[in-house]
Amino acid sequence: MRAARPAPHILPGFSLSLGISVLFLCLIVLLPISGLLWQLGGLGWSDYLQVMGSERVLTALRVTVTAAAAATLVNGVFGLILAWVLSRYRFAGRGVLDALVDLPFALPTAVAGIALVALYDKSGWVGGLLDHLGLQVAYTWWGIVIAMIFTSIPFAVRAIQPAIEELDAAEEAAALTLGASPSQRFRLVILRPLLPSILTGVGLSFVRSLGEFGAVIFIAGNLPYKTEIASLLILIRLDEFDYPAAAAIAGTLMAASLLLLAAINIAQTRLQAYLRTEA
Amino acid sequence: MTFEIRDIHKSFAGTEVLKGVSLSLEKGEFIALLGPSGSGKTTLLNIVAGLAHADSGSLVFDGEDITRQPAGQRHFGMVFQSYALFRHMTVAQNIGFGLKVMKGGPSRAEIDRRVAELLEMIELPGLADRFPAQLSGGQRQRVAMARALAIRPRLLLMDEPFSALDAQVRVSLRSEVRALQRRAGVGAIMVTHDRAEADALADRIAIMDQGRIVTIETPEQVA
Amino acid sequence: MARILLILLATLFLALMVVLPVVAIFHRAFAEGWGTYLASILDPETLAAIRLTVIAALIVLPLNIVFGVASAWVIARYRFPGRRALLVLVELPFAVSPIVAGLCFLLIYGAYGPVGAALEPFGVQLMFNLTGIVLVSLFVTCPFVMREILPVLMVTGEDEEKAALTLGANGWQIFRHVVLPNISWGLAYGTVLTMARAMGEFGAVSVVSGAIRGQTMTLPLQIELLYNDYNATGAFAAATVLTGLALVTLALRGLLERFGPRRAH
Repeated sequence: MRAARPAPHILPGFSLSLGISVLFLCLIVLLPISGLLWQLGGLGWSDYLQVMGSERVLTALRVTVTAAAAATLVNGVFGLILAWVLSRYRFAGRGVLDALVDLPFALPTAVAGIALVALYDKSGWVGGLLDHLGLQVAYTWWGIVIAMIFTSIPFAVRAIQPAIEELDAAEEAAALTLGASPSQRFRLVILRPLLPSILTGVGLSFVRSLGEFGAVIFIAGNLPYKTEIASLLILIRLDEFDYPAAAAIAGTLMAASLLLLAAINIAQTRLQAYLRTEA
Repeated sequence: MTFEIRDIHKSFAGTEVLKGVSLSLEKGEFIALLGPSGSGKTTLLNIVAGLAHADSGSLVFDGEDITRQPAGQRHFGMVFQSYALFRHMTVAQNIGFGLKVMKGGPSRAEIDRRVAELLEMIELPGLADRFPAQLSGGQRQRVAMARALAIRPRLLLMDEPFSALDAQVRVSLRSEVRALQRRAGVGAIMVTHDRAEADALADRIAIMDQGRIVTIETPEQVA
Repeated sequence: MARILLILLATLFLALMVVLPVVAIFHRAFAEGWGTYLASILDPETLAAIRLTVIAALIVLPLNIVFGVASAWVIARYRFPGRRALLVLVELPFAVSPIVAGLCFLLIYGAYGPVGAALEPFGVQLMFNLTGIVLVSLFVTCPFVMREILPVLMVTGEDEEKAALTLGANGWQIFRHVVLPNISWGLAYGTVLTMARAMGEFGAVSVVSGAIRGQTMTLPLQIELLYNDYNATGAFAAATVLTGLALVTLALRGLLERFGPRRAH
């Protein structure tokens, strides 16, 4: 064999653009994340477990995860409905609806936070109504759920929408003529092929909710052991200069997000392959 | 002018696609590389153009080794299978591009004059300000040809130049391309998988199969 | 029947969850009349926050554009070891929540972090000032420009660039005359997204800004400060500025989607 001399790239600019990319990623992404790992590395297992095992941290994690799960459930249902309506129906105002889906993504989280309080607080339009019914949303766990629904609904809709657009309308019609009941039709012809994208949408929505901060803290009330989310607890530990504790909670959150995203990725590929062989 | 391709080898991911190809081209000669897909003819053309690197072997132009010369300095005009017209430039800007980017190139007035001349030559004088998307397939092909000829290339390279056209346009364009090439007095290498096309255009036909030139024939022999 | 029901349900959901909160912002901001609204916006601290936010965004923008174009180019046009890793790294900031991101920067570039500590003897401080705000903003906006350009580069292919190469163009000429016109719409949209996100980021910035009144308060932080100071009108007035920015972003997106691709092809 000839000595392997890498052939120069044909299009110019490889070294320059790779250099810029690597330098930027090192300074802005890799180094900061290794900063967290470095801090975690200095922390023994027993220290880590002690931080994570404290009642306050456990409660914060429970509040965060349950609220994120509830928000994700709502977003799964309404994400599917919105995606369906936007891709299947043509009606006046569809464009506006479509643009509105992206508004939570475009709106800064702090703005979303105070807007939601303004609405769901006892003095707000919706909060006032609910108060008459004896329900309180703002400054409770429900408020956290509402904020998480708001910030993560675009992720659910935008993940499901393309899959519905690809769904074969002829297949649906066929199932209709073959005498399938509406619920069978929905399950077999619509829900099944959409499963991978629903999974992605729901997963992204959940990950986003886990880490949401700005939109949540205004409406959450932030009572320790009650309505305190994990992100806020990191900030509190930081203000106390308890860096190891902050790093432990943050590392846990980050690991959970990354593992979830990786799992979604793998599950989606598997599911698609499975559905293809079934068909 | 003579151009020599000497013992070119090329592998992609362990598969050898060119297994020692040699070929020489006389002044003003038109050679067709004919072969089925996968025979290595497009890879060979890309190596000649400087758009791919050979693993070994050399390219010699008028006694000068140009194997390692960058594409832009070879001064070869290339007509791509997709035409690769610049979609954001008008026809005139497309044709004039090679002259505009030339170091110490002609003045703007000179470029305009040359572009007008080429538009006349490809018989599209009225289309200078159109964009590629507004042209028919045959018109695009001719613009691509004019763009390649504008830099007064030392060699003209064409990769399946007629494959995107329908049969009628294809036949009528053949003689036009041949005439343009003759008038420019430039040697040409064309890649094709269409025997009739090779017969109609080429002085010699190099038949390729599985990474080798199997035979070199003249069109008369084939007919 | 199902159709009408579903459209109604979708509209109701968005009205309640998305429209109403935005209306509430304007309602609260103007609750005490135009005079109070203007006075709140023109408050020196709020103006200082707006100024800082704009300055930070104007520094972030060119850096992110250069990085976005370079990384999209290198991923779209070359095959090299580590290409997939590069792609994953660019997207990584999307998976990291804002507070965690801010903490990461503090732990490495802060006074107790290895880099921050090494720079301290030279009087260089990276956190709790404009530099810190710019750094975390770069992190949270990292994928935006690249994500918009990469698909465009993939779709247009490299034939035009190769054609320019055979015609004798150098790297800069190819970029300027061939690549840039092809990616211009994606670049424009990516820039708008980066701008909006950089100006609106709250969580990550709040960790590293130091929150010095009138000095290192960006507009989102100022909103929080005003709100916690029981100056609701001031907070909502400041919020209308960012809401306006978000609405403009969406409008631009709509315009680009409607007119962009059609002109490009």
